Amino acid sequence: MTDSTHAFDAQTTVPAGVRFARSGPSYWRSLEEYAQTPEFEELLHREFPSQLDQWNDPIGRRRFLTLMAASLAFGGIAGCTRPPQETIVPYVKAPEEIVPGKPLFYATAMPRGGYALGLLVESHLGRPTKIEGNPEHPSSLGATDAIAQASILSLYDPDRSQTVMHRGAISTWDKFMTEMAAQREKLVASRGAGLRILTETVTSPTLSGQLRVLLEELPEARWHQYDPSARDNVRLGARQAFGQDADVVYSFDKADVVLSLDADFLLAFPGSVRYARDFIDRRRVSSGKADMNRLYVVESTPTITGAMAEHRLPLRPSQIEPLARAIAGRLGIERSASAVKLPAGVSEAWLNAVVKDLEEHRGTSLVIAGDGQPPAVHALVHAINGALENVGQSLSYIQPVEAQPVIHHQSLVELLADMEGGRVETLVILGGNPVYSAPSRLGFADKLKQVARKIHLSEYDDETSFLCDWHIPAAHYLESWSDARAFDGTATILQPLIAPLYGGKTAHEVLAVLRGRTGRTSFEIVQAHWRQEMDDDQFGTAWRKAVHDGVLRAAERIDPSRFRVEASGGIGRRPQPEAQTGSGTVEVEFRLDAALGDGSLANNGWLQELPKPLSKIVWDNVASLSAATAQRLGVENGDVVEITLDGRSLRGPVWIAPGQPDDCLSLTLGYGRTRSGRVGNGVGYRAAEIMPADGARFAVGASVRRTGEKHPISTTQSHHAMEGRDIVRVTMHQRVTDDSQSATPHSDELPSLYPEYEYTGNAWGMVIDQTACIGCNACVVACQAENNIPIVGKEQVAVGREMHWLRIDRYHVGGLDNPETYFQPMMCVHCEKAPCEVVCPVAATVHDSEGTSNMIYNRCVGTRYCSNNCPYKVRRFNYLQYTDETTPSLKLLRNPDVTVRSRGVMEKCSYCIQRISAGRIAAKIENRPIADGEVVTACQQACPTRAIVFGNLNDPQSQVRRLKESPLNYGVLAELNTVPRTTYLARVTNPHPDLPMPAAAELHGEPKVHADPNKAES
Amino acid sequence: MSGEIARTDTHADGRPPVLEPGHTYATVTDQISSIVLSRSTPRSWLGGFIVALGLLMVFLYATAYLLATGIGIWGNNVPVAWAFDIINFVWWIGIGHAGTLISAVLLLFRQQWRTSINRFAEAMTLFAVVCAGLYPILHLGRPWIFYWLLPYPSTLGVWPQFRSPLIWDVFAVSTYATVSLLFWYVGLIPDLATLRDRAQRRVPQVIYGILAMGWRGSATHWHRYQTAYLLLAGLATPLVVSVHSIVGLDFAASIVPGWHVTLFPPYFVAGAIFSGFAMVMTLAIPLRAVYGLEDFITLRHLGNMAKVMLTTGLIVAYGYLMEVFFSWYSGNEFEWSLTVNRAFGAYAPLYWSLIACNVLIPQLLWFRAVRRNVPLLFIISLIVNVGMWLERFVIIVISLHRDFLPSAWKMYYPTIWDFAQFFGSIGLFLTLLFLFIRVLPVISIFELRELVHETSEQVED
Repeated sequence: MTDSTHAFDAQTTVPAGVRFARSGPSYWRSLEEYAQTPEFEELLHREFPSQLDQWNDPIGRRRFLTLMAASLAFGGIAGCTRPPQETIVPYVKAPEEIVPGKPLFYATAMPRGGYALGLLVESHLGRPTKIEGNPEHPSSLGATDAIAQASILSLYDPDRSQTVMHRGAISTWDKFMTEMAAQREKLVASRGAGLRILTETVTSPTLSGQLRVLLEELPEARWHQYDPSARDNVRLGARQAFGQDADVVYSFDKADVVLSLDADFLLAFPGSVRYARDFIDRRRVSSGKADMNRLYVVESTPTITGAMAEHRLPLRPSQIEPLARAIAGRLGIERSASAVKLPAGVSEAWLNAVVKDLEEHRGTSLVIAGDGQPPAVHALVHAINGALENVGQSLSYIQPVEAQPVIHHQSLVELLADMEGGRVETLVILGGNPVYSAPSRLGFADKLKQVARKIHLSEYDDETSFLCDWHIPAAHYLESWSDARAFDGTATILQPLIAPLYGGKTAHEVLAVLRGRTGRTSFEIVQAHWRQEMDDDQFGTAWRKAVHDGVLRAAERIDPSRFRVEASGGIGRRPQPEAQTGSGTVEVEFRLDAALGDGSLANNGWLQELPKPLSKIVWDNVASLSAATAQRLGVENGDVVEITLDGRSLRGPVWIAPGQPDDCLSLTLGYGRTRSGRVGNGVGYRAAEIMPADGARFAVGASVRRTGEKHPISTTQSHHAMEGRDIVRVTMHQRVTDDSQSATPHSDELPSLYPEYEYTGNAWGMVIDQTACIGCNACVVACQAENNIPIVGKEQVAVGREMHWLRIDRYHVGGLDNPETYFQPMMCVHCEKAPCEVVCPVAATVHDSEGTSNMIYNRCVGTRYCSNNCPYKVRRFNYLQYTDETTPSLKLLRNPDVTVRSRGVMEKCSYCIQRISAGRIAAKIENRPIADGEVVTACQQACPTRAIVFGNLNDPQSQVRRLKESPLNYGVLAELNTVPRTTYLARVTNPHPDLPMPAAAELHGEPKVHADPNKAES
Repeated sequence: MSGEIARTDTHADGRPPVLEPGHTYATVTDQISSIVLSRSTPRSWLGGFIVALGLLMVFLYATAYLLATGIGIWGNNVPVAWAFDIINFVWWIGIGHAGTLISAVLLLFRQQWRTSINRFAEAMTLFAVVCAGLYPILHLGRPWIFYWLLPYPSTLGVWPQFRSPLIWDVFAVSTYATVSLLFWYVGLIPDLATLRDRAQRRVPQVIYGILAMGWRGSATHWHRYQTAYLLLAGLATPLVVSVHSIVGLDFAASIVPGWHVTLFPPYFVAGAIFSGFAMVMTLAIPLRAVYGLEDFITLRHLGNMAKVMLTTGLIVAYGYLMEVFFSWYSGNEFEWSLTVNRAFGAYAPLYWSLIACNVLIPQLLWFRAVRRNVPLLFIISLIVNVGMWLERFVIIVISLHRDFLPSAWKMYYPTIWDFAQFFGSIGLFLTLLFLFIRVLPVISIFELRELVHETSEQVED
């Protein structure tokens, strides 16, 4: 069977894409070469080795806008429309599925930290423009997260590596293959001695198969894995508990009581998208469910998981193990541990309530430990879950999803020892950027110099590539054939949406070269692998179905009965002495950044400008600390401190995080890149600089010193309190069930001078369930991708000009030490009596016949009166030319159904009017009304927890109409008689009766207090 | 020349005279027309003009950069989408008001003392309207399509949105500019004829001749002229009230706490007259000193203007008081929190400066000694000008920077371009004014001649 028969092969069914992609890069380059423009001269200079030091200079963030707007690499000539010199041929017979203007969706998956998130990718005439979740895929169920949404931008990133480099000079893939062929002979002769392969987490069955075959052939070679997001503690904990590797899959849909010990399972776990859905489904009171789960979170760095907790307890990371032991003791698992002294700050009442709740919910409770906690805590948690009979109920164990489970840190240390000992001659680094991401103490960069031949496959010519002999541009996952497994073992075949824009190669192809099988494409390799796995007779059908569905199968679950942990066996009876790394007084925690992750997507402007879920900081990472600690250190927000841990130090700005425990600093990885590209270079500090050499994710004994310097920090929200205003309504589960009338009083209809509009057809409306919103930001990036929303840069955010149509407001209630946190997604609420429409002098914002308040960009002259008169302040203004209209690759990214806005024009949420139009057209063609759920807004589609519901208010059966009738439904600022079409469901919490109820719920129903705006802006 | 004429501080009725005695038709005509025709350009004029021209260059540079880059060069943001742009607009429009008031309203009320100051007050109005009118255009995101705000049968098939106060503004300001220009020009015609007749060289003769539109001073001319001038005064009078009422409605028609105030239209009118008279004073005092016009712009004039300032200042103070009262009495949490934020928030120093400039310091004008102390009057007039600018800052920026949702609250800081645009517009204003002083009679010659006639009658009486 040849390629051409596979309907789901993007290369064959999307000829437009092929045509573009194959001719794309060479088209630009040859034309530029032909033109001999100064831009091309500059490009040559940039890529020319003698100018390498120029590359090293971090390009100032201040220059970013200039750079984005300037026609840097390919500007001048690509703007002209000149036909290519070769003969081009139009479609004579159009391919069946391609209808100009109608997108196609292809199933694939995004591997992140090795784990797959199932996706459907929207493609317009061969160019992918938008990422959606794959409803068939268990890790997604149709939703996505912010990073997956943003990854489409990285596909078109003009800074991605575009050429093979050999020792700093431009080279070719052919030359690489030639050199490897010569090397291979030597390697075969030496049975692979001196060959080391370093990968990130590998779940790909094809890749691991290739590696195994290679290692069989070259038995002296070694395969190492290092992934900065690897979950070593989890693995070690399981080994400690069970004596073998096992992965845990949580079933939040079966958990009534959840205790998280520093586990940010709503955002940072493989499978978080799914977990968030299951967790929230268990507390969706609005859908008429009577019962509701309860979440206890013990954590150091405030996370969105902590924000969702009924009872959150801030503890330093090192204090969590004693608490876990105390809980285990109370539950009778570790008798000797019952006497463990409770860490300061844990009240007896709190502990009793947790223990009581857990005991009362045997089989429906769940205890989760975070990645950063030491293995002992994980082992304890396994024991606790076992004792609570949760195994097989609210969690189950499966075969490890990783193809070859290793302790990544240990694997790296072994590799480094070999490198230092001169035992490594050829090092092949397949993905990853260890020079940047490995702790500096390990000296990866120095030891790399002792390796004779270093080959690096990577999407960017990054820090590691710089030190390697060969740099091979890697294909983006949307350009690659591959496969990957999800958190629960489900395998997905990745199909490319477009041929590599910049001639990138996959790890499969590089490994094929190492095996001497040059010229094999990824497609052949992946298909060959699955041909072995699948039934031969039906292979064609099975393959097509697998590629089409984007889902293959789940790993077999391990029989839970095999994993009984003996009461006090294997859980580390003696509490380990506190690992005192340094002599200071402060604890330091290292976490993956909530927006950037491990930093591999640092050059992604959408992620850089994505407000961190809690601090709302953009374009920076900070060292977060508590207000009391800041006071003790004499620092305030933005003060640069020097943090020293065991002889190494870094400088970074501090930020007061409400809810952070005292004497504990949280640093995030993913920043401080020097060779990520124009967007990410020089942003933030590099936390790996002082990470402990043993791979621990927190360390005790750091010291902090004020430097007296200031670093400006940009945030999108500077005020934390609701000022006693009725903005986010909070109520308790008990109140909702007891007396559904009084939960949120409906305000009476207010009189208006203007006549009512009449809606005979559709009347669109939205409801946002604040109980379900976890503040994860997926909707924010989804909106940005769908609606061609530009980024503006740090300085512009600092002056309040970010362009996000959808923002997530975050409010704190209570003291700075441990406040309650509430999220409120806020975008245009499409007022029926819209204050913006009345004041526009040119009728550029008007109501339509279906009730949406629309912006007519072409008509807008930019008086900005509408923004002033908008009480929700959801209108965004193009103060400058923010949209990059010159970089050709970014033009491909744009959604063709949405106008690209120029300078001087107001914009705002349109309820994804292009999607409404598409739905209307489809319904009209079939002569039927638009069905409920047929029109889905981008934010709604991305939301992991289905917090956003959109639909036709004129349809009595629609879900949105049902929710509007809920007693929890209310309109924000409805007292202004704006009659908003987007309304909110009050946040419902379910506190333990023995513990204090949320302060925000206490406020509810009491007379309004006048606010005190005297507080300085902080 | 002025030295030749003996001065008296008080007139027969105990007040300073509107025209120092001893002047004849000839001295009046000579003294005023010589500024334009025969006297050499004074150094002070040249110095002032160079400074003004320099500021105008700043304005042109800032405007060119603005048009090329976008209004992002300013400090405006979301939520503070209006800032210096609209502050300056309202400030300039307000300044213009005194001219119309002096020319039209005082003419209708037959206030003789207006005669010496009406000409340059009108010019000031016109130039202030020029400055003011530029801002609404320059502050647009896409200024090149400003004409979409005009009601014309466009091929787009769209009319302006008439519910928007900004459209009312377009009508109000353009009407005001037109009537002010006409009124000023009509008032100039007899004097232009005088200049034509007295000019020695050919070029001025031709130019003034064309501008004088064939004025020969016949009785018919005078008859028609008087009728036309009175009619125009009647037309201009309602504009004094309407323009700034509508500017007030720009804010009052919105729902922003601090803007949504029914008091705004009258309070804005009072504020405008207040600032307008302050500006007339600011300009008149140096002018009379430099050109020796103390005989024509006497202490009587300054004293009367000070009284008008005191009166309108008290109305404005009443407005401030009522704003606070309403926000408390309404029981509306947003209104009240705005009031508290004004007085004690991040911009509180500006609010208290405003109260000091506009409410406290003008109370000095109760004292006759202060009203006759020219340097002190000059300083007070400057303070009121600053105070009225601050008032617009307080209304616009403080109201916007914290409105309904605390999540959207943001501070506003002006950039260098905000200041360049502002001081540059003062440069534009001054440049026009200096040119006006140089080429046109700053005081209405023929009306002064009438005054000579009338005052001599009084003396004879």
